[in-house]
Amino acid sequence: MNVIWAIAIVVLKELYRRKDFYVLFVLTALITLTMGSVNFFNDHSIVRYLKEFCLLLIWISSLVIAIATAARQIPAERENRTIFPLLAKPVSRAQLILGKFSGCWLACGVCLLVFYFFFGVIAASREHQWPVANYFQALALHWFALGVLVAVTLLGSIVFAAPSSNGTIIFVIAVGILAIGRHLNKVALQLAEPGRSIVYAIYYLIPHLELFDVRDLIIHDLPLVPWHIWALALLYAAAYTAFFLGGAWLLFRRRPLTT
Amino acid sequence: MPCPYLCLAFLLTICATLATYVEPWYQNWAGSRSQQSSLLTTVMGDSRRLFANHFFVKADEYFHNGYYPTIFDQRDDARSLHIAEGAGAVEEKDEGETDFLGKPKDWIDRFGRHFYPSHHAHLGSGHDEDQPSPERELLPWLRLSATLDPQKIESYTVTAYWLRQMKRYDEAVQFLRDGLRANPSSYEILLELGRVYAEGRKDSTTARNIWELALRRWNEQEPQKPKPNKFMLLQICTELTRLELNEKHFDKAISYLELMKKTSPHPDEMQKRSEEIKQGKY
Repeated sequence: MNVIWAIAIVVLKELYRRKDFYVLFVLTALITLTMGSVNFFNDHSIVRYLKEFCLLLIWISSLVIAIATAARQIPAERENRTIFPLLAKPVSRAQLILGKFSGCWLACGVCLLVFYFFFGVIAASREHQWPVANYFQALALHWFALGVLVAVTLLGSIVFAAPSSNGTIIFVIAVGILAIGRHLNKVALQLAEPGRSIVYAIYYLIPHLELFDVRDLIIHDLPLVPWHIWALALLYAAAYTAFFLGGAWLLFRRRPLTT
Repeated sequence: MPCPYLCLAFLLTICATLATYVEPWYQNWAGSRSQQSSLLTTVMGDSRRLFANHFFVKADEYFHNGYYPTIFDQRDDARSLHIAEGAGAVEEKDEGETDFLGKPKDWIDRFGRHFYPSHHAHLGSGHDEDQPSPERELLPWLRLSATLDPQKIESYTVTAYWLRQMKRYDEAVQFLRDGLRANPSSYEILLELGRVYAEGRKDSTTARNIWELALRRWNEQEPQKPKPNKFMLLQICTELTRLELNEKHFDKAISYLELMKKTSPHPDEMQKRSEEIKQGKY
């Protein structure tokens, strides 16, 4: 456990040494504040459009941070040859995968805390309320969705040759699932066989990341997701994360380390 | 390179010389965007109109608290927007499509409905009267729609309707006047402007003048069309009839009812109303 934690801390430290998070946070803040400064019919209590823009930017930024951070972990270790002393500590390959995952996931959590705090401040400045439970649910769901993505990206970093191609492919898949994952069953029903079965199979196999996107509930001040449903969603994400991490370990354990 | 500074100076001179020729030509060029009044027009050109409808629909989505069909759910392409129906910009249709989701198709569908708005509701239903009206949340999208496509008349009339509901008459008048500058012959905008004057400013004289102008504009544009917009004519005449009755100008009120009789789907009702006014029952 200590070994995993030590690797995770190194990844976490990498996050604040690199500029990705700062750039994305400043961009998100700048765009949100600029949008907030627009005057619509002299009404300064209009807030939902601002929440929508801010949450969209937070989602885009978090996807970029999660995928970019996870995609370079193992390839960078192999390229710099630091993976040899690391595995000679002794650190097992499973511990390395888990450590890298934990570090990336924790880093995403820290970023999300900052982003959601900023979002909360912006929303509260307009609507003078702070629905902490709603924000907590949204943040936790968002964080677990990023966990799935980090795990997939780690798996991809073992399969694909370059971090750039891995990052791009995972990003496109993630955006695709977020945009149309919920509707694949409707698309399948309109297709003839064998297309219907193929699309339906994809629908059941993919991790439904859109379940974790509760932006609309936050934007429109809708009630909380029932807590047991929320917990089930987290369990669903945890299961997919474990599956992808298991896959990454299976591929990595016999993979030669030299490039 | 024997004399790099000399070369740079020479290139700079060529640039300045060419600029004196190109700049005046560019200023007079029909395709130049530098003369555009707004940043959006300069950046997006005519492509901005494509997005105007998207933002108008976005306002309707907000009106339904996010419960809105996607392209995968939409069953009827001719489905009208509820914000526009409420504002009288389009005819009301039966609201039979509120449950566009239907029954869950599978367990993921059933489970997923907890994570997005999956029940039909309208903005402001059950809101506290002491709180600011939640309909204000529609305004940014409607404003954006009008900015992107100034010829989209619905954006002005629907926005003004909601501003009127919030009793923000000055903003409604200003916005409608912006709309009239972009669409000088629009009887729809005139109809809404008259309503703001009649309801908000209690200025029946200005309201009458505006509605009479709206009626003239309708007569100039619509009768020659294969499908004239009778719905708007009825609304203009209804407002004029109501106003003339309030002012006790019964002959004028009856003349508008006669006009409505020709276009209304219920001419008997119009006839009956005329008879009542003639008999002094108004």
